[in-house]
Amino acid sequence: MTDTRLAADTRPWRDAQARPFISIRGLSKRFGDFTAVDTVDLDIYRGELFCLLGASGCGKSTLLRMLAGFEKPSEGTVTIDGQDMSSVPPHRRPTNMMFQSYALFPHMTVERNVAYGLLREGMRKADAMERVAEMLKLVKLGHLARRKPDQLSGGQRQRVALARALIKQPKLLLLDEPLGALDKKLREETQFELIRIQETLGVTFIVVTHDQDEAMTLSTRIGVMSEGEIVQIGEPREIYETPATRHVADFIGSVNLIEGRVDVAAGDQMRIDTREAGPVLVSPRAGLSRGQTVWIALRPERIALSRSKPEGTANLHRVTVEDMGYMGYLSSYRIRLPSGRLLRASQSNRLRDEDPISWDEEVWASWQPMACRVLTE
Amino acid sequence: MSARPDPGADAAGLGARAVRRGRTARLLAALGLSGRTLVIAVPMLWLLVFFLVPFFVLGRISLAEVMIARPPYSPLWDRAADGTLNIIASLDNYRFLLADALYRNAYLSSIGIAFTSTVFALLIGYPIAYYVARSPEPRRTILLLLVILPFWTSFLLRVYAWIGFLQREGLINSTLMMLGVIDTPLVLMQTTLAVQIGIVYTYLPFMILPLYANLVKLDDQLLEASADLGAGPVTTFLTVTLPLSVPGIIAGCMLVFIPAIGEYVIPALLGGPDTLMIGRVLWDEFFSSRDWPVAASVAIVMLFLVVAPIMWLQSWLDRRGLNQ
Ligand SMILES: Nc1ncnc2c1ncn2[C@@H]1O[C@H](COP(=O)(O)OP(=O)(O)O)[C@@H](O)[C@H]1O
Ligand SMILES: [Mg+2]
Repeated sequence: MTDTRLAADTRPWRDAQARPFISIRGLSKRFGDFTAVDTVDLDIYRGELFCLLGASGCGKSTLLRMLAGFEKPSEGTVTIDGQDMSSVPPHRRPTNMMFQSYALFPHMTVERNVAYGLLREGMRKADAMERVAEMLKLVKLGHLARRKPDQLSGGQRQRVALARALIKQPKLLLLDEPLGALDKKLREETQFELIRIQETLGVTFIVVTHDQDEAMTLSTRIGVMSEGEIVQIGEPREIYETPATRHVADFIGSVNLIEGRVDVAAGDQMRIDTREAGPVLVSPRAGLSRGQTVWIALRPERIALSRSKPEGTANLHRVTVEDMGYMGYLSSYRIRLPSGRLLRASQSNRLRDEDPISWDEEVWASWQPMACRVLTE
Repeated sequence: MSARPDPGADAAGLGARAVRRGRTARLLAALGLSGRTLVIAVPMLWLLVFFLVPFFVLGRISLAEVMIARPPYSPLWDRAADGTLNIIASLDNYRFLLADALYRNAYLSSIGIAFTSTVFALLIGYPIAYYVARSPEPRRTILLLLVILPFWTSFLLRVYAWIGFLQREGLINSTLMMLGVIDTPLVLMQTTLAVQIGIVYTYLPFMILPLYANLVKLDDQLLEASADLGAGPVTTFLTVTLPLSVPGIIAGCMLVFIPAIGEYVIPALLGGPDTLMIGRVLWDEFFSSRDWPVAASVAIVMLFLVVAPIMWLQSWLDRRGLNQ
């Protein structure tokens, strides 16, 4: 009982009655005859950490820049907290942005950079400096307040940029690839730092990233973009488990796509006839008709490999291991089906197996019907 | 000969070259030189030949006495009858400069005219440089060409052209009279104002170019960041653009101020009898009075007047970390 209420409280997008905090309607941006952002509709709720995920050049930054007011939409509207933003210039918007290049003022100290927004509001300098000191403590930079940006490391600069964007406690913080310039280890640490700060301050975040792991770790919801359009919006789990299209499935994590036709769509079983993997049993999905062309999306970790023949499994194949990569926590395989089709499979190395499955072995590969997601586009 | 070069021979060739290079390096090292020193040596030599040597020649003349001779100044030393060597050097010329109000006034008025001209060149040049730097690409190049265009015609001709504008029946007076703004023509020619106009006009590209070079590097995202944090366009200009363009402002001002102090042609053509500038004093001393020692000391003092503020500015810039 409490469980369901809690879920409703923290996930307003599941509640049809909830009022969105940011409402984007039919938003487009064209540069000449090139459409960078194509009729985007998006609702974002207060306190969310929303990720815009997509390959480089798909229009993420342009969308963000329209929210901040740096680009004028060709069409469509942006409403923030009930206020239409069409005629509001950037310096009057209740948003702040953390730039991909950080855009720190090179002639000002860290302290001055962070205080900039407060001083523009006309706050007294003494009060502003007090707030700056607090903010610098939050991002763990108190000891570097008097440095200039060019005397800082990449990670430190990133935190100055974050502090500067947060100091005015904006209703909405826009972050353009905030961790893009950091190395892998620092990026992972900083992801959790970002979540901590977001939860401490309760500000709504929109984060742009091209890194799917980052999006999965950070966000409450993800909007997947492709060529200027939002192709799917959902919680990380939804996006991963029930991708809407082949493109999304392929972009988020790795996936095997097998083309086939619907053969039997009756009862609680559904069978897809494929050229490459024979008949495949999948969990049923509504709205499919016999003979329709579909694609089966099968995640590598859902394929089980074993030397002995497993009992009672629906989708079972005798396969040859073509390739194997040992990555410590898991091993990834490329296996060849009798049809010649290569599939990716991975096995987590939960035990210290003395004799793992290796190259050129003939083994059994199997997967559950519910591991398959049937896609129509 | 085989078609493919023998790799062994090739490696041997490389080895020999390496040895040869080693020998050159060793030779240089024996002379106390490295490749780096050699690279620096060229501009150093240039400075030595074309700046330091003339400077010492001038310095030496400034310590001499004027004489009717060829060249018209006393030798640095002479041999007395008993064979002792006497060095003849005195600071009399410098004392003379200090004592005579003419020179002091000429310096002060040169600096004054150069200063006001520089300020006006900055006030006019900054918006132009800003506009050019912010223009989109094809237009920017055209505008930049227009800024440099005047250099294609003779400087003398262009200053002459200003006489046409400024004289009694010139374009400015006739236009103003025609519009009924004034009844009697303004006296523009042969005034300090005319000299200032001439200097601002002539040196404007030298102000615009360094400013342009600075402003074109300005990162748009800094301006966006400033707007994002609540600064309007004017505040953004004052708190971001202007401070970041200080190196460009200083470079431009130096390029105008320094040559303007010693300017000779413009005051000679556009100035009047009461426009006192050190360039003219210098000319008169050299060629009218043929007093080379005094002329030389005038030049040396001017050099120090110009160099001292530059050195001070440089160290100020270094201290503020603005020098790029
Ligand atoms: N000012 C502009 N003029 C012309 N094209 C632009 C401009 N800004 C972005 N684009 C184009 O729009 C597309 C999307 O850019 P962007 O939003 O920066 O992508 P992302 O941030 O997803 O990598 C790119 O193809 C880019 O070349
Ligand atoms: Mg981008």
